[in-house]
Amino acid sequence: MQSLPAFSLLDLEGRERTLPSGKPTLLCFVREECETCHLSMPMIEAVHRAFGSAINVWAVGQEDNAALISHHKATVPMLDDSALKVSFANKIEIVPTIILSDASGSEVIRWEAFHKGDWQALIGRLSQLSGLAAPGLDWGKYPELRPGCGSKSVEPGILERLVAEAENSPLRAREINIAERDNPFEFMFDQGLTDGLPVVPPTPEYVVRMLTGTRRDPQEVVGTCAPNYAPVTIEKIAINAVMAGCKPEYLPVVIAAVEGLCSHEFNAHALVSTYGPSPVIVVNGPIRQRIGMNMEINVLGHGNRANATIGRAMKLVLRNLGGLRPGEIERAALGSPAKYGACYPEFEERSPWEPLHVERGFDRNDSVVTLFSLEGSPHQIADQTSRTARALAGSLALGMECGWHPKAHRVGDTLLVISPEHVDTLWRDHWSKDDVRRHIQEVTSRPLRELMPTDNYGGQGTMSEQAALAAGRTEEDLNRLSPKFKSTENIHIIVAGGPAGKWSSVISAFGDAAVSVPVSRKIEEVP
Amino acid sequence: MKILDPTDERVPVRRSLAARPEGVTGTVGLLDINKPRGDVMLDHVKRLLNELLPGVEVKQYRKPTPARPAPDEVRRQMMEECDFVIEGLAD
Repeated sequence: MQSLPAFSLLDLEGRERTLPSGKPTLLCFVREECETCHLSMPMIEAVHRAFGSAINVWAVGQEDNAALISHHKATVPMLDDSALKVSFANKIEIVPTIILSDASGSEVIRWEAFHKGDWQALIGRLSQLSGLAAPGLDWGKYPELRPGCGSKSVEPGILERLVAEAENSPLRAREINIAERDNPFEFMFDQGLTDGLPVVPPTPEYVVRMLTGTRRDPQEVVGTCAPNYAPVTIEKIAINAVMAGCKPEYLPVVIAAVEGLCSHEFNAHALVSTYGPSPVIVVNGPIRQRIGMNMEINVLGHGNRANATIGRAMKLVLRNLGGLRPGEIERAALGSPAKYGACYPEFEERSPWEPLHVERGFDRNDSVVTLFSLEGSPHQIADQTSRTARALAGSLALGMECGWHPKAHRVGDTLLVISPEHVDTLWRDHWSKDDVRRHIQEVTSRPLRELMPTDNYGGQGTMSEQAALAAGRTEEDLNRLSPKFKSTENIHIIVAGGPAGKWSSVISAFGDAAVSVPVSRKIEEVP
Repeated sequence: MKILDPTDERVPVRRSLAARPEGVTGTVGLLDINKPRGDVMLDHVKRLLNELLPGVEVKQYRKPTPARPAPDEVRRQMMEECDFVIEGLAD
């Protein structure tokens, strides 16, 4: 038998009633606005009058308790649970809920709503137990069954507060009290907790609700976040996700992205750079549709809550836990709008190719984040005239050459976002992603001498052509071709965007594999 | 209103600065974080130190990449071999 949680509540006369009470006790959880509770009150009162000398019969009211008692002219003790702590502790979801406990406080009987048969069986049992006569009730007046109402303790906003305040609360983060006269939005700006835009105050209730988005333990440490190498728990991620404006169903995506962020290969430490790089998240798999991400018109822009807040949540984790704050350890000379967050889903349904996560070894039905450390802002490449895959891929190549510096070649990981109209042109000639990658490397391959700095512009390295020859480099060295990217594997391609517009976008490299390697993490499936 | 702390709640260890020495003796380490032209500047610093402090040994060290913290091995080596360290940060 299950032991009921011990409690002390005051009745309407101010007398303290405590469980376990040393006697069998009937607890009747009721709320005034519930019709089925009103239907049950005469039953509760009759049981109290008949057996009250032998057992405790207590109504436990959730609101307007005096009104309920006076409406029925009842004498049964009414315990005030308007704080709902006892209802919550007893996991009351429906009112009325009737619980009979033995003298030691263990549960013997429990039912919800109104069941005439259960009341009849209970009265028979109590009569036998106490040796007292059963009350005379006009059973014909009562229906066999009537559904109950929702318990106030499970209403949205209230349940989360009760979870947060319970003794076994999942929350461990320090609580900060904001004075009543202070504006919480201003307070959070003043404390340096925001990215410059207002954030949602992460109240315990909101954080508890956010945590319903994952089945992982709130105190699980998913990693340590550079540059301060702070431990990051699921709870801390949830707090920052609330601030960013996420819905609970986005949380698994944020968690997977933060796992990638904390990995050794990704090396978030490099994000302190004066270059102003940003982590860019690509989302693949069924979760894109499930949480309503936008992969079509304005995909790299604003306007969709999931796209906007998932990237922002990860950036707030970097700021508030990693310590990446501009002007402090974050030294970006210029930065970019992507510093507010950059999170884009691939439009897999519009692509003739394998999506990014499948190329990276995942199943198509897996939901996956892939995290890149990139320059940040997308640079658009227009080509409205090419009618062949070769010409179009060549245009994309020329557009991509500007990354870092047009004459910086053999650069690292770069993300190319191809629009639907452009992918149609490429696919009409049955070009694969690898065909596109190879052509980009071919078109951008230039002799080393063309990449060297001159009096008119800078370039690859510090040595001019003349200086290199003087230092012993041969003509053959200087004629050796160098493609834009270290390898075709550094060119990552996704399809996304609206139905019309012959433009694609490149998000250029920040560094090479010594700086950061793209990482993919599977997103938890939460049914 | 009550909110939950979104930041790292660890309290950093407070460390006091090492005592300022009277003069420069022993070994000075120069850490090149591996940024373009960092070596040009640090070579110049080495020449200056050699001229100004002929009795002092100058040793040069290098991080494999500016993008990550110096490897433990490099830090340990510098700790064992140097009395002073000069490190150029960022650009």
